[in-house]
Amino acid sequence: MAEQAIQMQVSDEIAITISKMNKWYGAFHVLRDIDLTVNRGERIVICGPSGSGKSTLIRCINALEEHQQGSIEVDGTLLSSDLKNIDKIRSEVGMCFQHFNLFPHLTILENCTLAPIWVRKTPKKEAEETAMHFLEKVKIPEQADKYPGQLSGGQQQRVAIARSLCMRPRIMLFDEPTSALDPEMIAEVLDTMIELAEEGMTMLCVTHEMGFARKVANRVIFMDAGQIVEQNEPESFFSNPQSPRTQLFLSQILGH
Amino acid sequence: MSDTELAFVRSEEIPPAPPPASEAGAVKWMRENLFAGWFNTLLTILAIYIIGRFVVFAFPWFWNGVWDAGSIKECRDILSAAGKTTGACFAVLVDRWDHLLFGFKYPAEGYWRPTLAFIMLIFAAAPALFAQYVPRKFLIFTGLYPFIAFWLVWGGSLWVPLCILAAILATAYIFRVVENLDVGARGVLAGIVGAAAGLGLAFLLFQGATELWFISNSVGAGGALGTLASLLFKAASIFMFVFFIPMGIFVGYAIYNDAEDGGLVTVVTALFAIYVMLAYLLSPVSGALNAIIPIELQAVPSRDMGGYMLCLILGTVCVSLSIPLGIVLALGRQSNMPLIKGVCVVFIEFVRGVPLITLLFVANVMLAYFMPPQSNFDLILRVIIMITMFSAAYIAEVIRGGLAALPKGQYEAADSLGLNYTQSIRLIILPQALKISIPGIVNVAVGLFKDTTLVSVISMFDIVGMIRGPIQQSTDWISIYWEVYLFAAMVFFVVCYSISQYSQWLERQLATDHK
Repeated sequence: MAEQAIQMQVSDEIAITISKMNKWYGAFHVLRDIDLTVNRGERIVICGPSGSGKSTLIRCINALEEHQQGSIEVDGTLLSSDLKNIDKIRSEVGMCFQHFNLFPHLTILENCTLAPIWVRKTPKKEAEETAMHFLEKVKIPEQADKYPGQLSGGQQQRVAIARSLCMRPRIMLFDEPTSALDPEMIAEVLDTMIELAEEGMTMLCVTHEMGFARKVANRVIFMDAGQIVEQNEPESFFSNPQSPRTQLFLSQILGH
Repeated sequence: MSDTELAFVRSEEIPPAPPPASEAGAVKWMRENLFAGWFNTLLTILAIYIIGRFVVFAFPWFWNGVWDAGSIKECRDILSAAGKTTGACFAVLVDRWDHLLFGFKYPAEGYWRPTLAFIMLIFAAAPALFAQYVPRKFLIFTGLYPFIAFWLVWGGSLWVPLCILAAILATAYIFRVVENLDVGARGVLAGIVGAAAGLGLAFLLFQGATELWFISNSVGAGGALGTLASLLFKAASIFMFVFFIPMGIFVGYAIYNDAEDGGLVTVVTALFAIYVMLAYLLSPVSGALNAIIPIELQAVPSRDMGGYMLCLILGTVCVSLSIPLGIVLALGRQSNMPLIKGVCVVFIEFVRGVPLITLLFVANVMLAYFMPPQSNFDLILRVIIMITMFSAAYIAEVIRGGLAALPKGQYEAADSLGLNYTQSIRLIILPQALKISIPGIVNVAVGLFKDTTLVSVISMFDIVGMIRGPIQQSTDWISIYWEVYLFAAMVFFVVCYSISQYSQWLERQLATDHK
């Protein structure tokens, strides 16, 4: 089966604007002058060596990390220290973590209905219907009454995706969603993500899955030392990297 | 083997087989657990010997026990008449049964009241302890129980607990109303409440400063230490004199300033409301109601509480108060706000650094010095406050351990879903942290329950106080030890062992992995 890049319409509407964003951990300058505009419907893959700030970047977008300079605007809402804005942005932006971070004391169904019920004030019955819809979408409706500890890693990550989707987010952030998984499970999670991309979800993925980047992304961003070093369409990015740092990284990651 | 075949393809599946049937049953168990090796065998024989000696020694004592006698002398006479060399005088338990359970001053015709309260306690605790099996609506009874039990045990007019209950409900209603006020009205309210709170605080500080000045003059007589103490009191007094107006303005302004957000206004208004209701309205209203429809039980003052009942009262009340307080302290200690964090840290470290007995002496003796002369602050209430503070500090540290054990990802996941602080703490963090903390909390609760016997040192007659005082000092039962202390140990063991078994059951219920 040939690797066929998904052709998707990217609208002109702007989803995220990051301008001149800087962040420090103490004296350590993690993110330097980040400028990034994401249009609705874009699938962006962010890669780079570890410690380059890629996770920190997407965690700044839903304010899990605080940035010190510059501005981030999500869906027209400016991210500031105002708690109301932060909660608004968080409920519009879904996020998947490397270690899934499901709530172990709640069943799969409760994991998925919790935020809609408490944040969106959705009636319980309706929230459960939505949850079952998305669990079917990630192909594990039969696990709804189990607890996260009883599921495999791949299943847990798919539940985590479904849990985010239940909030009907307009943007999804993925923070190395497959790094903690066995090869067999990586495939099932990537399939779910591809399906999501095909439906036109705006996605920002930090990942080392270059096959996924080629197939799904419409833009690949390479980061190093807290800066965006290079960004391009996947085809040109992989076949014709410009910066020597990118070339080195690609040769290391694709060399085996 | 010269030509080893490397390639191998399995052509048929190996069916699963049952495990080999080895010799089973008691013989195998004994060989594995009692007689595995010479050392193990030696230990088994030694243990059997020790247990045997103990039984041979203690059994006749129990078996010959006299249950029907009026005094220790009579009891010994019965034993020697029967030609027994050893035997227990359990008759003391029969003779002083009521005293052991209720203390020696509780009116005998009212024994049914604490007994009924105890039976109701079981039903009131069930909805909270066995949430899966008891319908939620029975929690209403749990909520009402403290008022019913208070009335049953202390007696007096039923209208007093009813009015307190009404005051609490009214406060909750006021809280709700203020929370939902629109910003303009809340601004006006915040202005009034802020001004009142500022004035009140300034007045209290002024009074405190005057008081301190007065104290400083009275301690200054005795040498260098006295002078130093006097100077310290004077310094504190001057400090308060200087700051009572700025502090009042500051607090008043902080409340006013918070009008838009509303949290502070709501809390302070609710506190104001309940203070006014309890301090000024409670006694006239309940008195008037009682005059119209008198529903009264004979009032029993706190001094007359005693026996195991006192331990149970202190134990239940303090455990159920110190767990929520401990949670608040643990969360406060984690807070980002330096003032809240500081207050919690100082409180926890101070209370944990002081022996409980010291706190009890403070409750008994010292607090009276800090109260206005005519105020009659109930002794049991003071003891409850001290024990609660003490165990809350320990429970806070246990819960802090539970909070620290949660992966950071849980907080992040809750945040990323848009849950606010209260929601994420209540729905995500606390359920998991408390589950981890169950063994520690139960440890503190069991320790606290046994520590309630310490009140015997401040001359309250709990079960140990009863034994040490009225029973052992009486002419009838002078210097009787084993029987009464064994009884006390037994009643404590029953409760503590039940708590421990309950906690293990609860842990199994809450286990969600690999079920």
